[in-house]
Amino acid sequence: MNTALPWYILLVPLIASVVILVLTRPWPTLSSYLSVAAVLISFGCSCALFASTANHSLQIPWLNFRPQLAVPIAFTLDQLSKTMLIVVTGVGALIHIYSLGYMGSDAGKPRYFASLSLFMFAMIGIVLANNFVMMFIFWELVGVCSYLLIGHWYERDSAAAAANKAFITNRIGDFGFILGILMVWTASGSVIFTEIAAAIGKLAANPTFLTAAALLVFCGAVGKSAQFPLHVWLPDAMEGPTPISALIHAATMVAAGVYMLVRVGFLIQASPVALNVITWIGTITAVMAALIATQQDDIKRILAYSTLSQLGYMVMAVGLASGEAAMFHLFAHAFFKALLFLGAGSIIFMLHHEQNIWKMGGLAGRMAITFLTFAVGTLALIGCPPFSGFWSKDAILALAYERNVVVFALALFTAFLTAFYMLRLMTVVFFGKPRGDHARTGFESPWVMLVPLIVLAIPAAAAGFGFAAKNFLPIPAESHNGIVVSAMATGAMLLGSLVAILLYRGRESDPVNIPALRRKLYIDAFYNWLIRHTQDALAALTAFFDRWIVDVGGVRGVASGTWSAGALLRLFQVGNLQAYAFLFGLGIVGLLYFTVFR
Amino acid sequence: MIAWTIYITFAGAVAALLLPRGISRWVALITTSAAFAISVAAFFSNIEFAQFSTIVRMPWVPVLGMNYHLAVDGISATMALVTGLTAVSAVLFSWDIADRPNEFFFWLLLVVGGSYGVFLSADLFLLFVFYELVIVPKYFLIAIWGSTNKEYGAMKLTLYSFFGGTLVFIGVITAYVTSGTLDLTRLATFAFEPQLQAWAFPVLFLGFAVLAGIWPLHTWAPTGHVAAPTAGSMLLAGIVMKLGAYGALRVAMNIFPQGFQMWRNWIAVIAVIGIVYAAAVALRQRDLKFVIGYSSVSHMGFVLLGLATAQALGISGAVLQMFSHGVIGALLFAIAGTMIYRRTHTRDLDALSRMSLSTALPFAAFAFVIASAASMGIPGFSGFAAEITILIGAWKAYPFAVWITGFGMVLVAAFTLRALRKSFFGDTPRLAGNVPALEPITFPEKLGAGLLMLATLAAGVYPKVLFDRILPAVEAMRIFK
Repeated sequence: MNTALPWYILLVPLIASVVILVLTRPWPTLSSYLSVAAVLISFGCSCALFASTANHSLQIPWLNFRPQLAVPIAFTLDQLSKTMLIVVTGVGALIHIYSLGYMGSDAGKPRYFASLSLFMFAMIGIVLANNFVMMFIFWELVGVCSYLLIGHWYERDSAAAAANKAFITNRIGDFGFILGILMVWTASGSVIFTEIAAAIGKLAANPTFLTAAALLVFCGAVGKSAQFPLHVWLPDAMEGPTPISALIHAATMVAAGVYMLVRVGFLIQASPVALNVITWIGTITAVMAALIATQQDDIKRILAYSTLSQLGYMVMAVGLASGEAAMFHLFAHAFFKALLFLGAGSIIFMLHHEQNIWKMGGLAGRMAITFLTFAVGTLALIGCPPFSGFWSKDAILALAYERNVVVFALALFTAFLTAFYMLRLMTVVFFGKPRGDHARTGFESPWVMLVPLIVLAIPAAAAGFGFAAKNFLPIPAESHNGIVVSAMATGAMLLGSLVAILLYRGRESDPVNIPALRRKLYIDAFYNWLIRHTQDALAALTAFFDRWIVDVGGVRGVASGTWSAGALLRLFQVGNLQAYAFLFGLGIVGLLYFTVFR
Repeated sequence: MIAWTIYITFAGAVAALLLPRGISRWVALITTSAAFAISVAAFFSNIEFAQFSTIVRMPWVPVLGMNYHLAVDGISATMALVTGLTAVSAVLFSWDIADRPNEFFFWLLLVVGGSYGVFLSADLFLLFVFYELVIVPKYFLIAIWGSTNKEYGAMKLTLYSFFGGTLVFIGVITAYVTSGTLDLTRLATFAFEPQLQAWAFPVLFLGFAVLAGIWPLHTWAPTGHVAAPTAGSMLLAGIVMKLGAYGALRVAMNIFPQGFQMWRNWIAVIAVIGIVYAAAVALRQRDLKFVIGYSSVSHMGFVLLGLATAQALGISGAVLQMFSHGVIGALLFAIAGTMIYRRTHTRDLDALSRMSLSTALPFAAFAFVIASAASMGIPGFSGFAAEITILIGAWKAYPFAVWITGFGMVLVAAFTLRALRKSFFGDTPRLAGNVPALEPITFPEKLGAGLLMLATLAAGVYPKVLFDRILPAVEAMRIFK
């Protein structure tokens, strides 16, 4: 039983997805319940696995080119993967249930739930993978599911464009990832994590090579976890249904990059240069995204930039060589960010898909449960003691304080910005006067959506306490500067909150206007320009080349240039194949004669 | 047993021509299915896959040392499998052909039978005869039953084929005159002078590679595909392009290994150019079939890259890619040609984007999503297994090529998503409620598409089944001795 347990966790959602797609598509309600049942089974099995001491399972050879390369489908079962499974299937289950309400009357409901189950399958695969190739396979699959779900409302051009952007941006990151995998394989002779770890000495013999390999592997995480400079897809991905934003683009898939980095921590930590680069990428992402978040008006985009910023924290922790701190923040973030997105979804649902915060206002009284749970999520996100985010962010800040003071200062500034943009959101959305028709008439969401909010609020509040969290993952040791760092972080948080409340209380429109931040620091515009001038130009050039040089100029030009080919061309225009075949046959006979009987 | 694939198919061709109109399609279906069944049975039987083992050998023209000599190994068995698969679905997608069906199926079965012949020939001249036998029926298939610019496309394809054939012929004669034998296994042990190999290899290789769509001699492929009727482009993509790649591997590389070593860097360069170049061109095309045609050239670039690695991994990947692209290419062309073009009478992407086809033809949309995913190299489909094996194989020899290829793969994703979006998921809202009334997808079409989808999925989920047969055969090749 035990050796098959991970297989159940992995395959049940896949089966549900296939069954929905092939059989139950005409019955939306049945399809949705099937999908929910599958994720609940996976969650149950994950809990059983978590409680067990199983550390190996059935494995299947997938590719076998011994001695060069062997790729099995096999699982890593350790505390890291077991905890991650609980998070993925647990948050996943709640979001499935929430979707029953949110997507209740959607025309594409069976397709939605089939994709959602397929996503669960792929995500679980990433968590369980014991080798790079298998991880890459599922890595690509979550990308596909993300594409399908962002583009769920494909009739909207913006949704289709966002899906495309997400897929292609991820392709770029994945391309680096696969090169990194190839480099690691070249040096270590294996793609299996434990075997690479054992051969890390061979890799470390050539530091430049190791650094290049580690950074290329990191490229994969840059794409999937939306780090600068490949972060542009994530805010656009908010075009998808809100539960998807919660599950895929906040709690699980985007965290997969961080999970992968922690999984191959032995590789990254062997290269100080790589660690340094990773730290800075994380720091830049954290600050940049928080800055942009302060000037967004779409509730989901604010949360999306906040996700970017928090992922930046996690990557920063990876770069500071503390997988524990990164995972701790990932763990806490999964709960409170899923909670925030679902809360936002509850608001959007009741306001008939209004996402502009300036059209909301005064919702605290009308949507009490949404408000209270959202408040818990906010307090966790901004790092208010004793909510979960306080502990996990504190661990990262303490780390930065010891290792790199500039990074620490920027991380602290980010904490200030986080409090600022979240309190801006809270103040504008929940307080003051209603500023739109829907905001005046909206009321609370159905229970099927509220229960997941309430359930998620519990870990969002409490997951940070050492006594609770240490059952799931190793907690970073308390540093001796702990109290100083905590005080500074809390101070930054309070200051940010205070500024936001004073600035935005009772406002009808945004008193601050910084165009650069509203335009996302012009990064998207720059990329569009770049694509227009490189990829499109290349395509146009090659298409022109193919049409006029290779085909007309080369092939037909050569043909008409010489007498014999000129004759062929005449035949060609007559369309007389027989004559041509005859000539061809004649040529063959001639050739035969000269070569054989000469 | 596998030799019967050839006989049954040729017998079917004659029967299709002579029997009454209504029966010809059944004849075609039964014979292709029987041949497919035989190839499946052979593939899963426990014949010796590591050696090119003889199945039939009879004297043919003893004076010139020509024998009717057939043999099979893991590579041939894999190619026979994809031939059978493509043939059956090509027949299914031609089910409603109204114009001269007897002749249509006659020519179609000749192409198929000739292809089986090429993949199983162990005599160089016999291989050449089968190879040339495929060209003429292809011309008629396109020129009579084709569409856009069909005479031009058919003639261009035929001229290129004859050009390639001439080069091959020079190579064949050279090999024969020097060694005195036409037996492929004996040729594979004959020590040719390096000076001879240095020029004979590129002649022979290029001759075959023309049909595999090697850059810059690829332009026949898009025009030919576009002009061809659905079954024609399915056979072109599924089988005919593979004939070239197979010949390059089985004949050129195996009898002139030193020549191969001298030239393989150039092959890699051309392969990589082809991959990126064709993908970039595809990004600009307006005709859906042109997009798929150029994507074929791009995917075949992977085959050439795999061959150029001179590693068991890379070459095995190349063989799997032949199988994979055969299936995926056939599926893409089937959807574009029959499911879309026959119903809408346009393949213009902008025109299609105004039709909301995903609502009108849900099955076609589903199949095209699957085919696009497979074509982009999404894991779980055969393209991924093949391309990643090729890249791994290429990495040690040509790391730089892998870098550029990676860029090509980004372009592949870009043009595939563009075509997918425009063809099926275009500007729906502007025409909401204005779904064109199109004839629903027929059962034979669903069956044919289902067969191909199942094949790419099966090979992608568990490629080991194929590799277990391909790898020993590849390792037995001369370049590894």
